[in-house]
Amino acid sequence: MATEHKTAELTELEQFRKDHGLALHEEQQLTTLNLGPTHPATHGIFQNILQMDGEKIVDAVPTIGYIHRAFEKIAERRPFYQITPLTDRMNYCSSPINNMGYHMTVEKLLGITIPKRAQYIRVIMMELARISDHLICNSILGVDSGAFTGFLYVMQEREHIYDIYEEVCGARLTTNMGRIGGMERDLSPKALHLIGEFLKRFPKVWAEFEKMLTRNRIFIDRTTDVGAISAERALNYGFTGPNLRATGVDYDVRVMNPYSSYEDFEFEIPVGSKGDTYDRFLVRNEEVWQSLKIIEQAYKNLPEGSYHADAPHYYLPPKQEVYTNMEALIYHFKIVMGETDAPKGEVYHSVEGGNGELGFYLISDGGRTPYRLHFRRPCFIYYQAYTEMIKGGQLADAILTLSSLNVIAGELDA
Amino acid sequence: MELTNENVLGKIISEFGEENIRDAYSPDGIMTFTTNRETIIQLIKYLHDDEELQIRFLTTMCGIHFPDQKGSELCMMYQLHSLRHNYRLRIKVFMPASDPIMPTLTQVYATSNWMERETFDFYGIKFTGHPNLTRILNIEEMEYHPMLKQYPLEDQTREDKIDTYFGR
Repeated sequence: MATEHKTAELTELEQFRKDHGLALHEEQQLTTLNLGPTHPATHGIFQNILQMDGEKIVDAVPTIGYIHRAFEKIAERRPFYQITPLTDRMNYCSSPINNMGYHMTVEKLLGITIPKRAQYIRVIMMELARISDHLICNSILGVDSGAFTGFLYVMQEREHIYDIYEEVCGARLTTNMGRIGGMERDLSPKALHLIGEFLKRFPKVWAEFEKMLTRNRIFIDRTTDVGAISAERALNYGFTGPNLRATGVDYDVRVMNPYSSYEDFEFEIPVGSKGDTYDRFLVRNEEVWQSLKIIEQAYKNLPEGSYHADAPHYYLPPKQEVYTNMEALIYHFKIVMGETDAPKGEVYHSVEGGNGELGFYLISDGGRTPYRLHFRRPCFIYYQAYTEMIKGGQLADAILTLSSLNVIAGELDA
Repeated sequence: MELTNENVLGKIISEFGEENIRDAYSPDGIMTFTTNRETIIQLIKYLHDDEELQIRFLTTMCGIHFPDQKGSELCMMYQLHSLRHNYRLRIKVFMPASDPIMPTLTQVYATSNWMERETFDFYGIKFTGHPNLTRILNIEEMEYHPMLKQYPLEDQTREDKIDTYFGR
């Protein structure tokens, strides 16, 4: 710090530092470092302009919006069923959860009740999506701390999850799965077989992955106390999902406001204590086991019955009926052209997404499109705490913090 | 105390008066009511600090545009959640489009920082006292606020866009 008597006559450099809010330390030189937008270690398009004091981060200014696609605006012009493809482009690591969350919101508006079988199929798909989401996040965390092998090893399992998606809905990444009113088709024997195989094979793989990192001295040293946040700050910042649970708050939408028959299943909510990178890793690891438990229960107790609700105004009729049945043809035409008016209303529905509470706030004025559709995107909300979490740490820790938060660019920018 | 729409509303009205808390209804089980710009921050602080309510989580907030409601075209929606009681609450504030000013909530909830920037970006609502009220998702040079209803998406009846040029 410059001594007091000197401040009267600042040098040019000191004046500059003062104007820019930098310390007046004579030896201290801050470096401006541009982290991103296309840095390979940020896993997405995030820019952070860092002020570095040697290895230490003094300040960070995040810029977001690089892949903003104005989904909320586009949604105001589209019929309800055409909005589903927008939702799976938000968190593309777990798109079925987004799809189902949106469908459930519209069903809440329309007052449709979904048969048990469809709800169970949804639960299976959503939990598979959660596994694939957490699997990416945790294995990427391994990559960023120098363990590449685990990543490729579990990536193979994600591939198997995508095979199941493919069998259920025909797509892999941007799934557009299900419809307003249920699923578009029943689980085929092949899909059931694939899920059964997955349940048999995956626990071994995940146990092996866990064994590689959980008690690994290097990994523990590298992640403990990195990017920590207290429970109080996390709640103030609107954290939800695994990142909040890592701080010790057991808030889970699946338990607090059960949807899609989650109340039927036995599972636990893992919580951490310190809210650092290691805790987030552990929480996600345990959640994968819990998701497996849920899938197992739903798979074993899959009820008989229909896979969609009886809602002819919104649920597309089977193709053979369209060709043979007059009413089915009319409904088909009206749904595809988006001619069906939804009732007036205002609903909020939230699901436990891969990264937290994924909420849909929908206002309908009685027209064919939503009047307003607002997405509560967990990534957008908690990413603003990033600056606070990395201040005072090192650059390499900032990278780890970013990947442990699992910020998905698509969801961040919507 | 078990929180229900009735007793929470009663408590809020007895604290802030009927003239400030209006039009309470619950469209989807979540109680929704309207208040005004002068009350909103005090109200949210009160909900946060009250030991009985403990409504301490800001779930989301967003702007809404109703161009047909003359004099109250713009709306701010706040949705709060009490994690202790699992109780949700929605608060709306209407304002004229000619005077889109709201007080900032950043001193109560750090999370409202970006949400307010997003609302400013989309609807042009200015939050007084916000530490850094700039656009967040759109480019700085943008001259309008795109979510307002007067800006339609690509007009399907346009004739200057010839389909063959776009392969459709």
